[in-house]
Amino acid sequence: MSVGAVAPPPNTPLVVKPRGAFREIAGVLWSNSKSRIGLIILGIFIAVSIFGPLLTPYNPNDSNFQDMLGPSLQHWLGTTQNGQDVMSELIAGTRISVIVSFSVGAIATFLAMLIGITAGYVSGWVDEVLSFLTNVFLVLPGLPLLIVLASYAPGRGMSLIVVIIGFTGWPWGARVLRSQVVTLRTRDFVVAAHLAGDSISRIIAREVVPNMLSLVMANFLGASTAGLLAAVGLEFLGFGNPSQLSWGSMLYWAQNSSALLEGQWAWILAPGLCIAFFGMSLVLINFGFDAVSNPRLQEESK
Amino acid sequence: MEYFLRRVIFLIGTLWVAVTVNFFIPRAMPGNPVETMMARFHERGTMSPSAMKAITVMLGISHGNIFQQYGEYLNHVVHFNFGVSYTYFPYSVTYMISHALPWTLGLVGVATIFSFGLGTMFGIIAAMRRGKAVDGSLTILSSFTNTFPYFWFGLMALYFLSFVYHWFPLTGAYGASMTPNLSWSFIGSVAYHGFLPALTIMISSIGGWLLGMRNNMINALNEDYVLLATAKGLKPSWVAWMYVARNAILPNLTGFAMALGFVVGGSLLTEIVFSYPGIGYLLYNAVVNEDFPLMQGIFLIIVVCVVLANFVADLAYVMFDPRVRRGGAS
Repeated sequence: MSVGAVAPPPNTPLVVKPRGAFREIAGVLWSNSKSRIGLIILGIFIAVSIFGPLLTPYNPNDSNFQDMLGPSLQHWLGTTQNGQDVMSELIAGTRISVIVSFSVGAIATFLAMLIGITAGYVSGWVDEVLSFLTNVFLVLPGLPLLIVLASYAPGRGMSLIVVIIGFTGWPWGARVLRSQVVTLRTRDFVVAAHLAGDSISRIIAREVVPNMLSLVMANFLGASTAGLLAAVGLEFLGFGNPSQLSWGSMLYWAQNSSALLEGQWAWILAPGLCIAFFGMSLVLINFGFDAVSNPRLQEESK
Repeated sequence: MEYFLRRVIFLIGTLWVAVTVNFFIPRAMPGNPVETMMARFHERGTMSPSAMKAITVMLGISHGNIFQQYGEYLNHVVHFNFGVSYTYFPYSVTYMISHALPWTLGLVGVATIFSFGLGTMFGIIAAMRRGKAVDGSLTILSSFTNTFPYFWFGLMALYFLSFVYHWFPLTGAYGASMTPNLSWSFIGSVAYHGFLPALTIMISSIGGWLLGMRNNMINALNEDYVLLATAKGLKPSWVAWMYVARNAILPNLTGFAMALGFVVGGSLLTEIVFSYPGIGYLLYNAVVNEDFPLMQGIFLIIVVCVVLANFVADLAYVMFDPRVRRGGAS
């Protein structure tokens, strides 16, 4: 990544050519100190989720230790009610949590793009209907809706959670992307492409989407953060798959075996901190994307 | 006027969608949860025939076709008749909700107001000191508190402040030996029991207000009138608080009105962690006991609050910001 990439001067409309878009965004992200910290933290989490099984001090399924031990040199975060090592569980559980977070983000962003771009580009009654739908879903309260859906759904499990959260997490993005498309639609380069006889799908793919890449990415990160929090909440309530290691299922087991009353506070502290740091890294990266799409927020000194 | 009309249509439309979604969720799910439910009730055999009938209507085992069922359901909803709770039989769902609602409104309402006030204030300060250490630490700190699972913060607070140090009670909304009345000792007990849950809600929501206000301020600080005010020789802090903040607060005010709507449904996990007898805890018990009428009743109440608050927010925005008024008229 090029550290020296120059941020565009403030107050110029940011219209980037498709090919240079990724590079330019990466440059702004890295030059922004907040998003740089975020990228580093996120990198660590992704590395742990990939190489997790190699890094655990013990086998996370090994239940031969004494149960409910507090933190010690042998077990940095203590042990569970079954005598598993909490540190090993935490490392092994990172993978599922990261996957859940990004899958929810991807589903929600895809739907947001589909609905937002269609509404913004097609306009007319299609826009009216889709915008109404977006606004309705925007005010439907998230967690209660998720709980009701999850309690009626047959069976339990992570994939169910991912699908439910992903399919209810698109409205914010759809609204933001729609208004961006509405302003882009009348820009000269889009009109030119239209006059040149390009098909709508080609215009959207080649002219519209590259010019709102930063918004799409920001939406993806936001949806991933919200998705992880919602998933952890549902898992904590027992809607997940308790036998699958993740930060949420750790909190579920810790709560259900009264970890706090037994004094095993580290079992609850650690997954919560991981969730918070993971979410924070995405939010910090988002500060960088805000700066890309709104030059006023860019840090002057860099 | 057209603006107002559009808002009313949206209000009614949203309510209708919510009610309809509520009607179709149990019917759209595969595996027919209705039959399993009914089987369970026959096993228990504790239901009176009229309660059975209420449940059949709620769950949709009406003998009419789907349109008749839908009409029947709409009629019940309009009369706030959500059937009988089967966990808290023979109490009706409406009765249970009306007893849990005041606790949630008090707890989350107060916490939301404080969180909005403090967050907005710190947001203004962060924007004024933009790029300085104060700004950096405030934004980093609030992005952190904004993304941790708030029930987790509640659990940690509960452990260290209540369990280890005994500074606060572990569960409930008031002392176990007390009966609700209007005496000072009872009110004191309520405040004492509500402190930690309220703190949890505040800590987890204050960051959002702060970051939002900071962004609005930074955008507004670039306006020409700020340049003029500075050129006239007004003190920067005076300009920030009396000119910029008043303009920048508009989006936050809308957000605040909406947040008041989310008060009812927004504290589920906090209430569960602290066993606080509000709507969230009731919903949790309904879910655990598969009490579908209660669950659906609570969900509807939550939606109605949010939609109404959204409506009020839209109207308030017109009052505060004349530009919207003109935009709506054209």
